[in-house]
Amino acid sequence: MQVDDIDRRILRHLQADGNQTMAELATEAGLSSGACWRRVEKLEASGVIMGREVVLDYRAMGYAVEVFLRITLDKTQSNAFNEFTKAARQIPEVGGIQTLLGRVDIRMDVRARDLAHYQEIYKARILALPHISDIEALMLISEVKNTEALPL
Amino acid sequence: MIELDEKDRAILQALKADGGLNAGEVGKMVGLTQPAVWRRIRRLQEGGVILSRRVRLNRVALGFEVVVYLGVKLAAKGRASLEDFERAVCAIPEVQLVQHVLGVYDYRLKVVARDLSDFERILRRRIMTLPGVGEVESNVMLSEIG
Repeated sequence: MQVDDIDRRILRHLQADGNQTMAELATEAGLSSGACWRRVEKLEASGVIMGREVVLDYRAMGYAVEVFLRITLDKTQSNAFNEFTKAARQIPEVGGIQTLLGRVDIRMDVRARDLAHYQEIYKARILALPHISDIEALMLISEVKNTEALPL
Repeated sequence: MIELDEKDRAILQALKADGGLNAGEVGKMVGLTQPAVWRRIRRLQEGGVILSRRVRLNRVALGFEVVVYLGVKLAAKGRASLEDFERAVCAIPEVQLVQHVLGVYDYRLKVVARDLSDFERILRRRIMTLPGVGEVESNVMLSEIG
């Protein structure tokens, strides 16, 4: 669908605050609530608005350690990507697996309760994954900014 | 940190899959009444486990074709403070994620761009000119597996 300036205005306000009522959103976007509702409806139907998501704080759930692994695969093995990602998805502590174009091939997050738990996951599960040729780890100290908002 | 039981975890699982579900719908999935789910969700919010709800937009449909992860090393430590770098990098609208990390890089950034030439513009004009920025490594995201 064609997204116009008014749609973008609605999306900007929705991104800034996902908990608004339709009436609040309409006021902020300078529209009648009927017009606003029709536009949101259309944006949802066409898949521009894909839904809502909750933002969770894993530290508050007792997962104090978050490590980003940057993995280089042995590309001489055919099917290395598929076999690796299939096995990695089986590890419950692993999330957000992405394939990349650059110096590393895969990045993924590992969440653990503490460093001892992380070491256990790393030794028993991560190092057992197929076709790894190199692993680099970055440990999260603090999140300075985290938004999914697009610069509309 | 708050204690979570099996039902809390089931609620979080349901909300993670679809954050638009209301308490009644979640209740049907996890076998609790609507008021019981509502009370648990409120407890999870007050305990800081659920931080917020946000809208999920289709970035490709809105013209943002490219996602790049950057590893940034700060140059000559002490010349520019971490605060200066953090303030400036957070102000860039295309930068969605800024994480201070320990390892081969000092910061990890996620950048969205319309296309590769748009990314090049952001990299040259906004990222490379940040106070204290040193080596930058870019990895273009090809796919997200979950």
